[in-house]
Formats: sequence, structure tokens, C-alpha cells
Amino acid sequence: MATENNYAYNSKIEGDLVVTKLDTAINWIRKHSVWPMPMGLACCAIELMAVGASRFDISRFGMEVMRFSPRQADCMIVSGTVTYKMAEVVRRIYDQMAEPKWVVAMGACASTGGMYRSYAVLQGVDRIVPVDVYISGCPPRPEALLDGMMKIQDKIEREPSVKNLMNRDMHKAPEKKCKPAPAHA
Amino acid sequence: MESALVEEITKKFDGATPRESIDHPAVNIPVDLLLSVVEWLRDEKSFDLLMDVTAIDWSEDASPRFTGIYHLASTTKHEYIRLASNCEDDVEPELPTLSKLFPAANWHERETYDMLGIRYKGHPDLRRILMWDDYPYHPLRKEFPLAGIDTDLPAADVAEATGAKVIPAPMMGGPFHAPQTGAMSKREPRAADQSWNEAKPKPSTN
Ligand code: SF4
Repeated sequence: MATENNYAYNSKIEGDLVVTKLDTAINWIRKHSVWPMPMGLACCAIELMAVGASRFDISRFGMEVMRFSPRQADCMIVSGTVTYKMAEVVRRIYDQMAEPKWVVAMGACASTGGMYRSYAVLQGVDRIVPVDVYISGCPPRPEALLDGMMKIQDKIEREPSVKNLMNRDMHKAPEKKCKPAPAHA
Repeated sequence: MESALVEEITKKFDGATPRESIDHPAVNIPVDLLLSVVEWLRDEKSFDLLMDVTAIDWSEDASPRFTGIYHLASTTKHEYIRLASNCEDDVEPELPTLSKLFPAANWHERETYDMLGIRYKGHPDLRRILMWDDYPYHPLRKEFPLAGIDTDLPAADVAEATGAKVIPAPMMGGPFHAPQTGAMSKREPRAADQSWNEAKPKPSTN
């Protein structure tokens, strides 16, 4: 009795090639392997930790590989109140992260200073690092963070990755300007 | 508040006077007696816990301007006492350190130094603790605005790369605080008067 061997490559069955653009392929890979840098600074960080719990299952999005080393991370999640004293550290860690990198401002404090209208708190982390996604809430629920991370994925998907790679001067970080500090009235 | 302990202190230490207080016994102590009073309370009266070191700024034109405040508790007798000492100098206030009597005074005094600018004579390591090292102001002083004062960012390289500065925070009808009455769900911190902001100033009342 002759049996057909379907285990090996069979051109009759799998003859089609998938044609895609390099951009799409790169973005697809990047999008599903976001390694976040948890920049936990205050209460929001607790919600960030909750995202790692089984009931939210961040692994479904391929983002569970939280790296506490900036060299291995490519998406900084700023979760908590950024004080001026800490701002320096946040920026330094951002600078040490590998390109390409993205920033999520999680919660009211990281996005705008939140309720801390005070002399000690940086009024929005976008003053020192370029933010890609802002998440509202005080604190945002873990679902909101997941939603924000999916927004980052959408954003990664639309990036002209090849162009960025080609244009990159290997010794210079790409221009990604932060919003300049507004002159105070 | 009347108390046998306050009476005992005022009798024993010349210059100590009872201090008005609505909760716990309190005494005014001349600065030069402060250490001996605290030591006596600790060793003879079993006040074995230094709960708090802080200070009061009475305002720029008051003299004495700064008063150092100390809260001591006895864990065996369950008593509290408050000591207050006026700083002699209004411009460069100074108090003796308690860190040799109570190690806990170390960081309490650093905090008071940071926030009010009172120097503690004899402190082993009087550095700022909340604000960064070269911060030029003391935020709990009366003349310091809550929103802050325009200053440079602590890290010069970050300031250069980003153009960021330490700028006064927008008050927007603030400061923000949580109302103490009403349903829990309605007690999110908010500005009491949201009708004004930096662009549309508060209407003057007169
Ligand atoms: S936004 Fe709210 S929960 Fe988050 S760090 Fe600020 S105060 Fe905490």
C-alpha cells in the first residue's frame, strides 16, 4: 500500500510564495517582540505589575519579556510620578536603550504631572523623552495599559522601517525631538 | 495643656516655659538647653522614641522667624511631649543636632534642613534628602510658591539635550486636593476653583 508522505515540503500543496514588503516583515517582527523597560516610579507601577499577572496575560501580545536592563529593552513604560530629581535617571535609561525604541507615558503623572502641581514634579515626561502613547487614568487599569501597548503595536506597524534603517547614521541617534518646555506665563 | 511633666521641666530647667497646646503637653526650650532637656527626658523620663523633628517658618518678617519642633513619645508610659526651640538667627537659622541622642534624628534633620533651610550644628551628614543637591531654595519656607520657581534641571546634559527646565507648575485653579466630605467616589483630587488658570487669571475679589 502506497502512502503519501505529507510531512516534507510538497510543492503541490505549499507551492505559493508569500510576497511581502520588507517594511511589513520587519514591522511584523518588531511588533510582536516588544521588550518593555518597566520604568516604575510610583503607584502606577503597581498596575504595571498587575499586567504581568495571569488574569491579564501580557504574553498574548509578546510583551511579557520585561527587561530591567535598558540595553535589552526597546519600549520604556514610564509608570508613575516623574520628579525632577528622577528625570535625569529616566532620560539616561532612555538614552541607553537600543534603537529603535518607543515610550509609553502611563497615567496622569507621567503624561502631565497629574495632580502634582508642585515644585518637585516634572509636568509631563514628554519634556525629556519623546512619548509615543499616552495612557489616561490615575492609575490606568491594566487593560488600559494593554490597550496602550496595542496602540504602540499599531504605530510600529506603520513605521517606514527600511527607510529609517537606510537613513541612519550609525553613530547618531535619529532626530526625535521632545516637545520644548513651554514658556511659563 | 497643663501637665505635671511640663511643670517639672520648667522647674528643673531655667528658661523653659509652658507652651500653649490643644493636644499634648508642650514646652518652649531655649536653644542652649535643648540637648540637656532631651537627654533628661530620654534617660530619666523614659521618652525613648523621637517621633518627629520639624520646624515652623513664622513668615519673612517675623522674628524669631524659625522654631524647631520636636515630638517625643514614651513607649512604656504612652505619653507624648512637644518641645519647641526658637532659632536665634532669622537669616541663617541653626539648631543643635539630636542625632547623637536619637539616631532617628539624622534623616529627620536632613529633611528639615532640605525643606526649611535650618542647619543642624554637629550633624554627621547634613545633605539634602528630598530635593537634589544644588537646588537653590527651601520649599517649605513661607516665601516659596507652591508651583515652584524657575531653575535649571539637575542634570546639565539632559537639560542641553532636551531644552527642559524646572518651571513653575501650572496651578489651574489648584492646588489639587481631595475633598474630605461627600461620597468616596467623588473624592478624586481636584482644584477647588477651576474657573481660572494661567491663561485666564483669577478675577480679583475687590
Ligand atoms: S497617575 Fe495616579 S496612580 Fe499613577 S503614579 Fe500618578 S498618582 Fe499614582
